[in-house]
Order: sequence, then C-alpha cells, then structure tokens
Amino acid sequence: MTRKKRRLTLLTLCLLGLGTATGLALMAFEDNLLFFRSPTDLAEQPVTEDRRFRLGGLVAAGSVERLDDGVSVRFLVTDTVHDVPVVYGGILPDLFREGQGVVAHGRIDDRGVFRADELLARHDESYMPPEVADALDRVGAGPLTAPHPTGNNASTIY
Amino acid sequence: MIAELGHFALVLALVLAITQSLVPLIGAARGNDAWMAVGRPAALAQFGAVSIAFGALTAAYLVSDFSVANVAANSHSAKPLLYKITGVWGNHEGSLLLWVLILALFGALVAVFGDNLRDTLRARVVAVQGMIGVGFLLFTLATSNPFLRLDPAPIDGRDLNPLLQDPGLAFHPPLLYLGYVGFSIAFSFAIAALIEGRVDAAWARWVRPWTLAAWCGLTMGIALGSWWAYYELGWGGWWFWDPVENASLMPWLLGTALLHSSVVVEKRDALKSWTILLAILTFGLSLLGTFLVRSGVLTSVHAFAVDPARGIFILVLLILAVGGALTLYAMRAPSLKAGGLFAPLSREGALVLNNLLLSTATATVFIGTLYPLLLQAIGGGQVSVGPPFFNATFLPLMIPLVAAMAVGPLMAWKRGDLPGALGRLKMAAVLTLVVVLGAAYAHSGGPVLALVGMAAAAWAVVGAVVELAERIGLFRVPLAASWSRAKGLPRSAWGLTLAHAGVGIAIAGMTASTAWESERIELMRPGDTLQIAGYDVTFHGVQRADGPNYLADQGELEVTVDGRHVATLTPQKRWYPVAQMATTEAAIHTTWLADIYAALGDARDDGAWTVRLHHHPLVPWIWLGSCVMTLGGMISLADRRLRVGAPVRRRLRPAPAAAS
Repeated sequence: MTRKKRRLTLLTLCLLGLGTATGLALMAFEDNLLFFRSPTDLAEQPVTEDRRFRLGGLVAAGSVERLDDGVSVRFLVTDTVHDVPVVYGGILPDLFREGQGVVAHGRIDDRGVFRADELLARHDESYMPPEVADALDRVGAGPLTAPHPTGNNASTIY
Repeated sequence: MIAELGHFALVLALVLAITQSLVPLIGAARGNDAWMAVGRPAALAQFGAVSIAFGALTAAYLVSDFSVANVAANSHSAKPLLYKITGVWGNHEGSLLLWVLILALFGALVAVFGDNLRDTLRARVVAVQGMIGVGFLLFTLATSNPFLRLDPAPIDGRDLNPLLQDPGLAFHPPLLYLGYVGFSIAFSFAIAALIEGRVDAAWARWVRPWTLAAWCGLTMGIALGSWWAYYELGWGGWWFWDPVENASLMPWLLGTALLHSSVVVEKRDALKSWTILLAILTFGLSLLGTFLVRSGVLTSVHAFAVDPARGIFILVLLILAVGGALTLYAMRAPSLKAGGLFAPLSREGALVLNNLLLSTATATVFIGTLYPLLLQAIGGGQVSVGPPFFNATFLPLMIPLVAAMAVGPLMAWKRGDLPGALGRLKMAAVLTLVVVLGAAYAHSGGPVLALVGMAAAAWAVVGAVVELAERIGLFRVPLAASWSRAKGLPRSAWGLTLAHAGVGIAIAGMTASTAWESERIELMRPGDTLQIAGYDVTFHGVQRADGPNYLADQGELEVTVDGRHVATLTPQKRWYPVAQMATTEAAIHTTWLADIYAALGDARDDGAWTVRLHHHPLVPWIWLGSCVMTLGGMISLADRRLRVGAPVRRRLRPAPAAAS
C-alpha cells in the first residue's frame, strides 16, 4: 500500500470510529438522559410521561417516616416553597438527614408520589449538590443552604 | 517553624522549576551545552525542595500541629498513626503536594537516567516536565497552600473524613497519581520530539516503560478505588459510571492505546504522529480528570465541597497545556517522516484496530461525562447521564476489542495470516463455547448479554494462553523443549499473556457479579433467618464495638449451608463524633467464587434492624484480574529491553523476532 493510500485508510477508519461513537452516544442519549427537576418545577409543570428523572431539594424536617414493610422510607423533598412526597425502598445513605440536601433518581407514580430507586449519598456533610443549591436559589431560599464550603473543611478522595 | 520551612521550600521549588523549564530549552535551541546541562541539577534540586515541603507537611501531621490550618481541618490527635500519615494526601492541598512531588520525582529520574538520550532531547524533556511543575506549583501556592497557619490554634483537629480512614483508600491516591503524573513523562517526550521534529525507535523505547509504569499505577489505583467503593459505601456496587470514576477511566483507556501504539513505533517505525497525539491527549485527559475532581463542576456521588476558583485555575492550565501542545502538533506533525508500511491484516493492523476501538470508547465516555456540563453551560437545563448510557455505548465497543485481543498477538508483523491465526485459536473457540454452555446451564433464564460477557472473558483468557503455548510450541515439541523455550522467552511476552488474561478474568468478574447477583433488603429481628443464593443467614443481634476514634454498632450474622457453619459476618455502623459522620462497614465473606456481603441499615425502636444482603458471583475476580493485569505490566517493565538505560545496549544485539 502506498503512503497516501494508507493514510487515507487510516483517516477513513478514524472517521468510522468517531462516527460509531457519535452514533452510539446519540442513540443512548435518546433514552438515558436524566433531567433534573425541583419541587417547584414539578408544581409548575407536572411530569406526564413515564420517564425517570432526578428530584432534588432538602429533606423536609420531621417528614421522614418508615412504612409498614419496615424497610421503605417516606419523606418530603422541599425547596421551601413546594413539597414532593418520596418513597424509597432501600437502605438510606449514611449522610441522609432531615434538613440536608438530597438528590433522588426515580419516577413519579399516578398518585404524585416520587418512587425513588436511588438516593445519592454524599461523602461530605458540608457538600450541597449544585442543582439543589441552584433550585433553592431560584425560589429565594438561598441563605437556607448548608454552610458554604470555605475550602479548608473539604475533604477529597483524590 | 516546620510549616514555614515547608512553605519556603515550596516557593524555592517554584523558582527552580522556572529555571528548569527555561534554561535547558534555550540551551537546546542554541546548541549551548552548558545551558542544557542546567536541566539535571535544577530537576534534582526541585525534587529535593518539594520533598522537604512534603516532609514538613507530614511532620506537621505526625505531631498533630493544629496551628496549621490544613492539619486542623483534616486530622485529630486520636486518629490512628496510619491515617495521620495518609491524611497528608487525604485532602485537597496535601494531595496536590503529593502530585507535585511525584511530578518532580519523575523529572529528576529522566534527568539522572537519561544519559543515553540525545542531549537536546533530554534537555527539552526535562524542560517540559519543569513547565508542568511550574503550573502545578503556582496552583498550589496561589490557591491551595497547605502551610497556612491558624491563629488561635484549635485545641484539637476536625478529623479526616471517616470514609477516607480506610487502608484501601489510603493508597488509592498515590497509585492513581503515579498513573496520572506518569503520563506527564510521555507528554514531555512527545512535546520534546515535536520541537526536535524527530521520532524514532529509541524515542519509543524511552516512552514505553514510562507509559507502562504509569499504566500499572493507574490500573491498581482504579482497582483499589472500586474495591473501596464496594466494601465501604455499603451498597455493594463497584462501579457507578460516576464522573470522577470516568475521569480516571479515560486516561486509562487512552493510556492503554498509547501503550500499544508505542510498540508499533518501536518495532516498525510507523504510527509516529498518531502516537505523539495519543501521548498529548492521554496527559490532557489526566489534567481534565484533575479539573473535574477539583472544580466540583459535576454532580457526582464522589463530590466533595470544593472551591470554584481552583477549578478556573486548572481549566486555564489545561487549556494552556493541551492547547499549546496541539498547536505545536499541528505545526510539526506533518514533518514527522512516516516509516514502515504494513498490510491491514498484520500485527500492526491489529494494534491499529485496538487503538481505534480504545479511542472510540474513550470518546463515548468523554461525551457522556462532559455533555451534561456543556448543556448546562449553554443554558440547556440540568441533565445527568447514568449507567444505562455507558452500558449502551461503551460495552458494544469492548466486544470487538476483546475478540481482536486474542487474535492480534498471533499475527505476524507487516503481513499477517488471519485464517492461520484463527485456526490456531480453534481450541480457544471450543473452550469458550464450553464456558458459555456451562454458564447458560447454571443460570438458565439469566440475561443473554451475560453469556456474551462470559464468552468474551473465556476467549480473552484462553486466547492469551494459546498465544503463549504457540510461542513455546507446547505439545508440538517435547515438553522439555517447551520448558526451555518458556524460560528463554522475553519477559515482555509473559507480560503480554498475563495482562491479556487479566482482562479476561476481570471481565468474568464484572459480568457475573452484575448479571447474577442476588440482593435482599429486609427488616430482621434477632433470631430471624433469611435465604440468599442457597445460604441461610441468621441474625444474632447487634452489640457495641467502639474503636479508637469512633463508636460502632456491630451486627452478628451467621451464614450456614444446610445447618453447616460457613462464616460469621460482623457488619458495622460507625459514628465518628469528631467529624459528626456515620459510615457503613460492610462485612464480606468470600469463597473466591462468590462474595456474601452484609451491611447494616437503621435500627428500629423495637430492636429490629434493616439488613442488606448481597450474593455476588465471581466479584473478587474483578480485582484479581486487575492485579494480574498489573503484574503483567510490571513483568514487562522488568524486561531488559525496556529497562531505563537499555536502549543503547540493545542496538548491539539483533532484535529477537517478536512473533515467533
């Protein structure tokens, strides 16, 4: 093979690879993008389709209760203006606490209850998920957010 | 005093790094030997200064000097000694110092052992390494100084994040950094070669061991991190496609590609400019990983509180390094003369395929990790991309990769014989089929994809063994002859076999533990028994088991099969009063073929506990496979040809035929 031809082949292969990657990514995006919604978003624009999304806010104080099966937990996620009831059927993350920020993945059922299949665990108590901080800011509850990290109290894995 | 000494040493290191990055570079451009020779003492002195700084911080941790803000924020007098030491890099500032230390060490190693490099190339490599050092030293001093004092000093510290007080995680950052920073050497060599306009086999022989060493460190670092997540986070998963995990996976994937393409440069003098590009991008992804982790721009299960100003600094550093390198590449790459030609069906062709698939896979991970960030930046809303995305994009690319992995090493350089190679893999095909049928029989009704995964695993392992058997002529010549051939094989051949087999072992673990796991989450009272995967697990209640700096509730679970005692599991729920944090300590019993995993949830007032039980088939194989891969890498690294300093000597001997 001549040099030119080989370069052309390599280039074609590279483009093919890149094309495959883009194609696969676009196809997967179609179904697997998780949108973030705050309780206020949900109140203003109820979700109609049966699709997983992320719900974030603060765990309302005094709202956590255990259901009769002994395992599931029900609580309210609030952004101080609106609340959404959430039911979660697993072991709570270590840093799950009332008044703390939380992000839940799941679907909303026909009675308006958010069925979470995953609760994001934080590794650091002073951490506030950016989406939650943002959602609280939007409804004007900014000062209620958890103590702002000064940088020095933050621990990191890496 | 010690902290000020450290601070001073760090500033000194910055000045030395600036010298190291400028003087040898100018010397190389002007052909001035004296200026070029400055690189070596400067690199050594910089390493010395950073070591002093690192030693000073370690000393502050050891004596619990809480007047140092960093120590006060991340240590406590009651903390065990091991975690006082590892606490040094268990926080942002200290871990950056570790990063700079490894960077300076590698720069010094090139300066000292680079005697057989061309003077100009060595001077330029050392200079580029110095530039990276300048960037990170500036970053440390300007935004993340670990030596700042507190006045008044607190009585005691705030303790290290309890999740990090763990032996697995103690060594995770140094290994990961060994990988990240190790790729900086490949980067420096790439830039130096671009400035010189020359890439040859000797260059590749220098780049390969460094890449290999970095790759080994990164492999172990990622494996340790995932092992830690598995037993410490308490929900039994080992990989979450989390942005921070992806940040380390991307340089690993591209680094693996670089490892393979530099073989082609060394052996066949081809793929030069591609290899240079890979070296630049691999280190670029390491920097990107640092940016993603340090800036906190992405929501992640790993996310810790971080300071956005630092993110901007690293972003600028990233743009300068990668942008500058790519500009240089665009200007100079066309002048690199391409060498040996090869047919598409050849060892080189197989390695090109490997590179294409690995870079495509990197691209899919890159898109999935950064797309949410991009969308948010242009005001498109907040989205996140979860495991299903990666399963749909990344996994399909791994199947042809593994399929080709067994075939490639059996092909000859220049022009390979595909039917011949496939013919020699008949045995592997048969064994793969046996494994698939066995898995299908044992887990009938399970997901079909799991069978594909098991097939890939078996194919990779058996393929690697077949390749080794071919080399030593097993069963074709007498056993004694095979044995002597095996002893005579270069270490890199053994390394190849082990690394490829390790991939297969890890795939088996990943597939089986994901597809065939069983999970039960139940409320248990003392005396209750649960069945999981043929085991009976009886709950015997919870007792207090306090440690040096934590309080703990320890559950006792007895595992039996048909009334026969198998193991007693003691999962804990710990409370660290100083850090005001709870952690879950899972208890695991492993048979090496499966893990039984127990974690405690919350207690109810009546003495019942939520208990989570998992049965993960083959899960230890994930980390076993990673260790085998790393072992393969290390054995290759010990190969005479690759040993630092070997290039010149090797030229005296004819190259052994690689594909016998």
